[in-house]
Parts: sequence; structure tokens; C-alpha cells
Amino acid sequence: MKDALVIFYDHWNYWIFIVLMMIGFYVVIARGNLVKKLVGLNIFQTSVFLFYISAGTVEGGTAPILVNEDAPGSAAVIYTNPLPHVLILTAIVVGVATTALGLALAIRIKETYGTVEEDEIIDLDAEEDKVERAKRAAHDDGAGKVEGGHS
Amino acid sequence: MNPLLWILATPLIGGIGIALAGRQPNVREGVTLVTAGALMWQVWSLLPEVLAGGRPSVTLFEVVPDVPFAFAVEPLGMLFAAVASGLWIINSIYSIGYMRGNREHKQTRFYICFAISLAAAMGIAFAGNLFTLFVFYEALTLSTYPLVTHNENTEARRGGRTYIGILISTSIALLLTAIVWTWVLTGTTDFRPGGILTGAIEGPEIGLLLFLFMFGIGKAALMPIHRWLPAAMVAPTPVSALLHAVAVVKAGVFTVVKVIVYVFGIDLLANAPSAEWLLYASGASIIIASLIALRQDNLKRRLAYSTVSQLSYVTMAAAILAPLSIMGATLHIAAHALGKITLFFAAGSIYTAAHKKKVSELDGIGRRMPWTMAAFAIGALSMVGVPPTAGFISKWYMLLGAYDRQAWFAIGVITLSTLLNAAYFLPIVYAAFFKKEKRNHHSDAGHGHGPDHDHGEAPLPIVLALSATAFGTVALFFLAEGPLALARQVVGGTP
Amino acid sequence: MILANLAALQVVIPLLAAPIGIALRPATLAWAWATLVAIAAFACSVGLFLQVQTGGPISYAIGGWEPPWGIEYKVDALSTFMLVLISGIGASVLLYARRSVEAEIDPPRIYLFYVAYLLCLSGLLGMVITGDAFNVFVFLEISSLSSYAMIAMGKSRRALAAAYHYLILGTVGATFYVIGVGMVYMLTGTLNMDDLARLMPQAAGYRTLEVALAFFTVGLALKLALFPMHKWLPDAYTYAPSVVTAFLASTSTKVGLYVMIRVFFTVFGAPYMTEGIPVADVLVVLALAAMFSGSAVAIWQGDLKRSLAYSSVAQIGYMVLGVALISVAGMTAGLLHLFNHALMKAALFLALGAVFLRIGSVHIQDMQGIARQMPITMACFVVGGLSLIGVPLTAGFISKWYLMLAAFQDGRWWLAVLIVLSSLLAVVYVWRVVEAAYLRPRPQGAPVATEAPLSLLLPMIGMAAANIWFGIDTSFSMTAAEAAARAALGAALGTGGVQ
Repeated sequence: MKDALVIFYDHWNYWIFIVLMMIGFYVVIARGNLVKKLVGLNIFQTSVFLFYISAGTVEGGTAPILVNEDAPGSAAVIYTNPLPHVLILTAIVVGVATTALGLALAIRIKETYGTVEEDEIIDLDAEEDKVERAKRAAHDDGAGKVEGGHS
Repeated sequence: MNPLLWILATPLIGGIGIALAGRQPNVREGVTLVTAGALMWQVWSLLPEVLAGGRPSVTLFEVVPDVPFAFAVEPLGMLFAAVASGLWIINSIYSIGYMRGNREHKQTRFYICFAISLAAAMGIAFAGNLFTLFVFYEALTLSTYPLVTHNENTEARRGGRTYIGILISTSIALLLTAIVWTWVLTGTTDFRPGGILTGAIEGPEIGLLLFLFMFGIGKAALMPIHRWLPAAMVAPTPVSALLHAVAVVKAGVFTVVKVIVYVFGIDLLANAPSAEWLLYASGASIIIASLIALRQDNLKRRLAYSTVSQLSYVTMAAAILAPLSIMGATLHIAAHALGKITLFFAAGSIYTAAHKKKVSELDGIGRRMPWTMAAFAIGALSMVGVPPTAGFISKWYMLLGAYDRQAWFAIGVITLSTLLNAAYFLPIVYAAFFKKEKRNHHSDAGHGHGPDHDHGEAPLPIVLALSATAFGTVALFFLAEGPLALARQVVGGTP
Repeated sequence: MILANLAALQVVIPLLAAPIGIALRPATLAWAWATLVAIAAFACSVGLFLQVQTGGPISYAIGGWEPPWGIEYKVDALSTFMLVLISGIGASVLLYARRSVEAEIDPPRIYLFYVAYLLCLSGLLGMVITGDAFNVFVFLEISSLSSYAMIAMGKSRRALAAAYHYLILGTVGATFYVIGVGMVYMLTGTLNMDDLARLMPQAAGYRTLEVALAFFTVGLALKLALFPMHKWLPDAYTYAPSVVTAFLASTSTKVGLYVMIRVFFTVFGAPYMTEGIPVADVLVVLALAAMFSGSAVAIWQGDLKRSLAYSSVAQIGYMVLGVALISVAGMTAGLLHLFNHALMKAALFLALGAVFLRIGSVHIQDMQGIARQMPITMACFVVGGLSLIGVPLTAGFISKWYLMLAAFQDGRWWLAVLIVLSSLLAVVYVWRVVEAAYLRPRPQGAPVATEAPLSLLLPMIGMAAANIWFGIDTSFSMTAAEAAARAALGAALGTGGVQ
């Protein structure tokens, strides 16, 4: 039990990452509202950003800025790994672009379907399919008869 | 260019010529005849060399490493090619009479596809390895599809679906697997006297590989994968006659014999208990197909089931694994081709002249169409195996081989099926000549001709063609020495 | 100068050309610009291919920052193989695109479509050429975002929903990939693939590595639409404009597979794939499920784009199966099928695009009897279909032959049997189209179609001819695929080859 607590305490940043990720993932899967899905997706992505950043942290380290190399003790300055920050900056940009595109799609869907609820969209599509099928079935009968006359 | 390549190219060039001449029927059919003549001349001019023991061959290029596209002539392929190319001319003459007589549509496409099919058949006959054979095997399936579905109605579509479905799926699922397996085992797909598999495979796997090959070669119509053959009967009769009595089905049994002799090798199979099933499967196929044929009223369907049964003769003869029976199988490829094409020609002749498709409508027709029904009688006798027709000789060799191997089952099957053959063919001949014509039936052909219209013989090209093949059926009995010499070479005899 | 920097130009040309395209508003001008750029990209990849063939793998340090610190572009036999394929398809589809795009996309948006197309192309090329695991993610998102936009330009409103769902699943997949990269980075401290491969043995014992592999597998499986993570694909392919479908079907999922091969075999290495968690076995099972379910569903689709989309799901199964055999023969077969399938699907979707242009539908009922009115288009469709079935002398036969051979050589003959059985399903879904188009009369009152315009026909005929060419002369595809397979497996399996 104590070990478990230690694991939890030592890696509390990862636990936060996991919890956030699951929340985001759950929202993406469980919500029918297209905008809420995007919100979930954002939480999901953000959790990954946190995961990267916290993994790059060095306890007690400073910001990774260049110090005067001639100054005494400069070699011993501990600083946080900058690479994850750089990567995540890129990933944030990508995330913003994805969100923007997703929202744009949601707006267009609202314009054409009149709703952003997934189940309603599915219903609308299904209705359209039914009409289409009925039309084709009627058409097919006609074709069948014409053909019957030939043979 | 190598003469073998010319043989392959000739029908294709002819096909282009036919396409160009499409608007003028006379020129178009002239091109067909010239092409058929040129093909036959080229194929038959190879005969002396092959009879003397020559094996012309040509290797083109490697499609995948170590698997070349190659052609090689050997006696079995020579015989098949000679028969197919020779009958194409006769069939072309017949086609002209039939297609014009029935005012069929899209005749240009018909002749083009026919030429391509012949090229594919030549490719199969001269294929130098399993891979090349497979390529042309599929080409033959695809090029005959438009011919089978020529009528473009529901029936044709349904028949075509069965046709392509069975032939493509068996070949891809089983034959291709068998070829790849063979290649993995031996590193070659060449045909070699004595086989290539000796020492590479043993035990029950032999039986399994044989199973893949025999049922993969759907064109041999071994039951239960025979259904494409009756389905193909929706095609115009010339197609049924040349392709589904000669080129396509013979390509099937030809491949069967070739695989047994040149891939497995007779000795390997003779010592493999797991391969014995083929004898029984083909024997059963002979009997069952004959029984079904007995019950068909549609003449072409009856002929189709007779073909299924006769093809299994070849397979069974090969499965007996005696040199004499393999000679019988080889001969039967030629003998059945001549006999069955005669029968189909007769069926088409009856349809063209009288618009009758059913056996029960043929009472007394022999008096109106004496030539047709005489030829039909000769073809029927050859199917039964009565001398002096070609069918007798091939059956005789099969029996000799079966006796050598003490294969009593095979002897029993041949005897019983001879009786069955007689039972489903001879009543037709009897009814045609000795029964009185029924005057009050209704023709079901429905092509605008009223019932009971008076008719005589079919158009001259048709009569000419069927007389020629009937004559050939008898002639082969007396001139069997040529094919026998080839057949002897198949089983390793020297020229 | 140009020759030395080809690796950079390969990606930079389309990437920089895309924003310039925004200035070129007239549709024809935008098209001409995009086509020109795509052809230039194709020339680059051919140049790279030749360079690698003669001089061996190229390593190109972007901005002069040496690997493993900077981003390295790694060009070897595998990546040039993919580059040639992608840029070749990209250029041919563009040659075809002008008329089809005019008919299917809202005119004011056409120039934006070409911008998105170029971005997508550069993203795909970038994913292939880069040797940096995180850089892959960036290019992946460039190509994905632009494909969402292109799919959404489809005529039907369902295109929007399809693009949205693809966006959600695609982003989830890409994020999974990033998690995988993060974990591997935590263990090794590097992002360069070669460097990762070098450091991997030290990390081999950690559970984190197994988790990373799991994230990679699921994330990339989403991108390459491996069963059962293919849900986004049918809708996206069905409702996207024809040109987009043709382009994405022949390139996008393939690049997903490429990245998977890179991650599995370059980064983790073949031994880890066989000794660690049984990823390969899982992939074999999923691939088989894809082959059968995809083809079976394809049979029942009335909309042919949808039918072919499900067929793509099945065909991806074949490729993954080849890769999952973890042998040079299997990998060669998988890559060969990747190449050949790109040709088939390009020919098929281009033919459907021409049909759509003429009759405004690709439903099988509306296409009855169409072969009489559009004989060349349907002939191309039939060639593509035969290739899909695997009829000899078509490209499809070659890949099937090698796939079966690889299965036999692996001693798993039952796999070979399953491969042929599933390809029989292709006979059914191809042949019902042939029957409808050739053997049924044109329905009464159906619009009279004419043959497609020449600008559509030529690329289509080119693709159909390629299907036959690469079915007869396999020297290019075969050598390239084998070299690529060796490059992928090289370090791990040594020099053991086919046979």
C-alpha cells in the first residue's frame, strides 16, 4: 500500500496526464455534440502536452537560457530540457489548426444539416437513404419488366 | 520471329483485321477464314518436326525472377493445337451460316473474341511451364466470357456469372495455390518428362496437391465443379461447339494430363496411395453426369452433360496411370473433340432450320434434315464408342491400360457408362429417323417463325461443316496412326 | 547545387508553392501551377531514386544542423520507392483533375482546393523523407489537415460529416503517435530514427517501451485504416470529390503503412517485434479480418466509390499481412502490393471520376449499360478490376504471387489459402460492375452519357496501362520493392533474401 502511494506521489504528473487524457477521450467518444467532441479532443491533446513538458522538467532547474560561459560555476547550472518545449510549441500550433478546422466543419454542418448533434445527423442521413432506396427499388422494378419483355 | 510466336500472334492479328473489317460482313468473315487457315497451316507444319522427336521452344522474358514466359511444343500440346486449329476453320464456316441464319447481333465482337480465344488456346497448348499455362488459361476464361453472354439477356447474364464465377474462383483459389506450392517445392514450374515433383513431396501431401490441381483446373469439369459447362450453353451454338466441346474443355483435360504426366510424373502418383481418390472421383463423375444427361430434354444441355462425362473419361484414363491408358486419354482429346463438335453442329443446325431445342420435338426430323441427323448419328456412335468411329479407339486403349493396372473399377465404369451413353443418344437417332413427326406441337423458339413451319436442311455452310466433322470422326478411326504416334511419345516412347 | 539539395527541394517545393497558389485565383491557372509543382516534385523524386540507386542512402541535414541534434532527411531505397510512387500518383491525378474538379467543387473554392492538394502532397512526401520521429508527426498533420479540408469540399453535405469524423479519428491517431514518440524520447533522449535504433537495446527492458509500441501501433493503425480502425475511411472516400478519393486512396494510407514499417523495423527493430509482445501476430489476425470483412462488405455496396473504399480496407489487409510476416519476402510482397494497389485504385477511382462527371452518380444502378456510351472509361475500369482480382499479366497478380510465396516460405501455407480465398470476393465485387455496365441495357430515361474528355482519359489510360506494364515487366517494381524491404529490415535480418 505504501509502495503504491509512493508510485502515485513520485509520478503525480503522469497521473494527471492519464486522468486528463481519459476525460478528453471519454468526451470525444461519449458526447454526441460535435462542438463538445472538439472540446474533448482539446483536453486530450493538452494532456499530451503536459506529459511532454513535465517529462522534460528537471527538478530545481532554471529556464534553459544561455548563461555566460566564462562565469564561475556556469557549467554546473541545471536547466530544464528545452526540446520538449519546442516540440510542444509545434504541437500546440497543430492543435490550434485542428481545432479551427474542426470548428469550421461544425459550422458548415450546422448550416447544411441545421444541427450539430450527431444522432440527429445520423437520422437525417438515414431518412435520405430511405427515400433514395425507395426510389431505386421503384426504378429497378421498371427495368426488370422491360427486360422481361425482351427474353 | 519464332514460329511459335507467330502461331500465337496469328489469331490476334486476325482479330485486329476482323475489327477493322467490322462494317463489311463478307470481308470480316473472309479475314476470319484466312486467319483460321493460316493458323492451321502453321500449326500443322510443326507436326513432322514433333513426330520426329523435335521439341521447338522459345523463352521470352522473366515475369518474376526464375519464372519465365516460355513456350515449348511437346506431343500432347501438338495434338491439342492441331485439333483446335483444324476445327476452327470448319467452325468458322459453320459460324457464318449460323450467325447469318439466326441474324445474331454484334457479330464483329463475336468473331474477334473467337480469334482471341483461339490465341489463348494455342498459348495453353504450347505453354512451356505452369505459369505460362496459367496466364493463357485465365485469358481463355476472360475472352470466352463475352461469347457466353452474347445474348445479353437475363439468362445469359446468369449463365455468364456461373461460368466466370466457377472458372475464375477455382483457378485462383486452387490452381494458383497449387502452382505456387509446386514452385516453392521445386523451384521450377517447367514441364519435364517424368515430372518435377519426384523427391520433393511425399505422403498425403501428394494427394492434397493433386486435389488442388484437379479441382483447380475447373475447365476439366470434374464433378462437382462442372456446373459452368451447362451454364455456358446459353451461348450461340458455334461457341458451344468449338469452345465448349473443343477448345475450353480440352484445355482443361489437356492440362490435367499434362500435370499428371509432366509435373507429378506417372511413377510418383502410381506409388502414392493418397492420390488414388482421383480414379474414384472421376469414375463417379462419369456415371453421375451420364445419369443427369439421360434426364435432360434440352438437347444442348444433354450434350453438355455428356461432355462432362466424356471429360472425366480423360481424367480417369490419366488417373489409371498406365502408359496405355494415358495414350487413350490423349487420343480421346482428339476423338471426343471431333465427335462432340459434330453433335453440337447438328444441334445448332436443327435450331437454325427448325427452331427446335428439345429432344422431345425431334421425332421424324431425320427425314427433313437427313445430312444433319446422319452426322448426329455418327457423332453419337463415337460417343458410345462403336467402331468404326474414333471414340472406339480411345476407349479401347483406356480399357487396355486399366487391364494392365488391374483397375477393375475403371473397367466397370467404362462398361456401365457405355450403356448409359447408348441410352441417352440412340433414342434421339431412332426417333429422328423412325418416328412420325408430330404436327401439332408449338415451337418455343419464338423468333417470329410460326409453329409447324416447313423446313428443310440448314444453310449450306452449316451442312458442309457438320459433314466434314462427321467424316473426320470416321476418318480418325482409320487414320489413328498419326495421333497414336504422338500419344506414344507422351508416355515416353521414342519416335 | 540542385542535385545536392534534392532531398530538401522534394518537400520544400510543394510546401512553398502552396501559399503562392493562394494568389492564383483563376481555376485553370491554379490547376496549371499545382500540376507544374507536382511534376517538379516527381522529377525530384526520380532524381533521388537514381542517386540512391547509384550512390546508396543519402543523409541530409536540414539547415546544416547535424543529426542527431538537427532534423535529418534520410533517403534510402525504401523512401525513394515511396517518393516516386506518391509524387507520380500526385502528378497523374492532377493532370486528370482540371475538368473533374470544375464539375465537383464550388468554383470560388477551386484555387483553395489546389492549395490544399499541394499541402497534402508535401505532407505525404515529408513523412516519407524525414528521419526524425517528431517531424513525421508534423508532416502527418500537414497532410491530414489538408485532406480533411479536401474531403469536406465534396458535393454532398455528408462530405462535411465524413471529414469531421476523419478529423476526430485522425487527430486521435496522430496524438497516440505523439505519445509513443514521447515515451521513446524519455527512454533514449533522441528523436532521430537511426539514433533511436542505436539506443534501443539499452531501453529494451522497460515497460515504457512496450507501452510506446502499443501507442504507435494503435495510432498508426488508425491512420492506415487497419481493421477495425477503418471506420472513417468508407465515408471519407465515398463523399470526397473523385479526384481526392483517387489521390488519397493511392497514397495516404500507404504512407501510414510506411511510417509503421519505419517505426517497427527501423526504430524498434525486427527482433523486438518477434520477441517482445506479439505485435506481428496481432497484425496478421487484423489483416486477415480486414481482407475478409472489407471484401465481403464491398460486395453489398450500391455506391461504387463506397464499394472500392471497402475494397481498400481489404487491400490494406494484404499489405499489412506481408509486412507482418517479418521476412524479406513478406516485406517485399507487402511493399509490392502497396505499389500495385496504388496503381489499381488510381485507375479505378479515375474511371469512376469520369463516370461521375458524365452522369453525376457512381451508383451501380445508374451505371447500367454505361459501357456502350463510355467504352474507354469502362475498359480502364475493367483493367483495374482485373488487377484487383489478380488476373495474370496485371500488377495485382504479381503482388498476390509474392504474397503467397512469402506465406509458403514462412511455412504458413494456410495463410496462402486464406489470401486466395479472400481474393475470390474481389471477383464478385468487380464482376457485378462488369455485368451491370456491359450486359444490362441502359435504364429508360437515364441521361445519355458520352465518353469522357481527353484530359481525363489520358491519365486514366496511363494508369490502366501501368497496371498491365507492371504485371509483365516487374523489373522496376520488384527490384525497388526488394531493395526497399532490405533497407527496412536491413539492420535486423542481415542479408537473407527472397529464396
